Amino acid sequence: MKKAAAYLLLTVGAAVMIYPLLWLAGASLKSNDEIFSSPWFMPESVDLSVYARAWQTVTGYTMGHYFLNTFAVIIPKTLFAVVSSVLTAYGFSRFDFPFKRLFFALLMGTMFMPAIVTIMPMYLMWSRLGALDTYIPLTVPALFAAEGSFVFMLTRFFSGVPKEFDEAARIDGCNSVQLLVHILVPCVRPVIVSISVFTFLWTMNDFLTPLIMISSVEKYPLSLILRLSADSTGNGYEQCKILAMSVIGLIPSIAVFGLAQKKFISGITAGGLSG
Amino acid sequence: MKKKYRNPVGVSKYTGLLLITPFLAGFLLFTLYPFVSSFLLGLTEYDGIRQPEFTGFGNFRKMLGDSSFLNAAAVTLKYTAVLVPLKLIFSLLAALTLNMEIKGIGVYRTIFYIPSILGSNLAVVIMWQFLFTSDGLVNQLLELCGLAPVGWYGDSAHAMGIIVLLRLWEFGSTMIIFLNALRDIPCEYYEAAKVDGCGKIRSFFSITLPLLKNVIFLNLILQVIAAMQEFNAPYMITGGGPLKGTYTLGMLIYDEMFKYREMGYANALSWVMFTLIAAVVAAAFGFTKRHREDI
Repeated sequence: MKKAAAYLLLTVGAAVMIYPLLWLAGASLKSNDEIFSSPWFMPESVDLSVYARAWQTVTGYTMGHYFLNTFAVIIPKTLFAVVSSVLTAYGFSRFDFPFKRLFFALLMGTMFMPAIVTIMPMYLMWSRLGALDTYIPLTVPALFAAEGSFVFMLTRFFSGVPKEFDEAARIDGCNSVQLLVHILVPCVRPVIVSISVFTFLWTMNDFLTPLIMISSVEKYPLSLILRLSADSTGNGYEQCKILAMSVIGLIPSIAVFGLAQKKFISGITAGGLSG
Repeated sequence: MKKKYRNPVGVSKYTGLLLITPFLAGFLLFTLYPFVSSFLLGLTEYDGIRQPEFTGFGNFRKMLGDSSFLNAAAVTLKYTAVLVPLKLIFSLLAALTLNMEIKGIGVYRTIFYIPSILGSNLAVVIMWQFLFTSDGLVNQLLELCGLAPVGWYGDSAHAMGIIVLLRLWEFGSTMIIFLNALRDIPCEYYEAAKVDGCGKIRSFFSITLPLLKNVIFLNLILQVIAAMQEFNAPYMITGGGPLKGTYTLGMLIYDEMFKYREMGYANALSWVMFTLIAAVVAAAFGFTKRHREDI
């Protein structure tokens, strides 16, 4: 009885959580009239041609072009974030050095720094360096372990790897670099997956940074092209087209989450980090 | 005193420093420099083209008489005060429910978590805008239940409601933090309490809640910081309206900076926002101090 009540509660909750997304997918195939008259998510008839029209966007470039733009940011950014966070966390967790506690406190402090305070001086700085409207402002900060939470999560994981591993490896002649690459990195693989997935999702979601830094339509990432399309829809416009673009825009995030889900969840479960 | 820094044999005290160099350089370039330069620019009048002109605390004095700043600050504080407690309570209740070990619970956990990973994705924000139009899904469902449809975009309370509901829907990330903390509580505690004749509700307040203090505090701070900076949702969904009822500080700063090119003023505003956030966090810190172990 009690179990049944729990399932009922969970199922109702899950339906509320997921229905907007189902509705989005269904409504992208509906006519304007149907969108605004029927709450049921399934369309009366399925005609996928709207997706072909949505793919063309409103700018003369296809969605494919904007996907490539987005990946041109995400791939280097993820790589940079993983390498710089691993190195920094390795330094903090396995070595002793002057001002270590102070530096670690600074790292924790950056996690609580509101982005809005730093983003305007950064805009001016990149503008002076002539890097506006390139992907440099979107990717290069990741090279400097900009995400304190990633380092923090890795540090916690490194601390969980017994020091005996290090000693054994050093006795066998490993130097500090080999120790990291051959012993420690394999131990924290789930965290590295989590970091990559978070970087992917956060970059897909980021709107303010590209809005400020990128000005030419041909260089827009997905989020900006969605905004442009949503802004240019007036009354009588085919609403399903912008909804279809939204569905297309969500597919990468959902796919990556689905693929990495198991490792990803185990990473955040143990690391205490979350979206 | 010779071995002050305890490192493996043959490893110098500079190895660690070398490894964290990327972080140190990044801290100087992307945190400290912008932080200081934002303050200095806040003391000037600057249009981004001519040299900044030093005006002392003029920008800060200007704010006191600037009705759009006072309005934005009030809107932002109200939004934070409504959203954050609701989100924390919601996430905790969901985490308690999802902490059961029953078949298929993993699927439910994933479903509850999904909206938060899509988070501020613009596609989701666009979808949300559609849901609340006058003949959108939400009103259709209200009518189906025999309730009167609501003019969501018509007045500021409802317009803010749209944004609060969006962020509430994305409670998964907060929930996961609670869920992990709950799973760290040994079941022996509850068994012992049961033996002592302690009911479910009593053991929640005497065992669960005290052990969750630190995560509650962590979630509180993270959510306050995020809510105070809210920009995407009002920018896309309501445009700050109606009558600036959802015009947040984040939007004001963006407009001053990029629409009116008042860069000095925008930076001064961002410092005020930083101070406000720090004050709210400090208040939360002070408020929970008696109930919180050191973290």
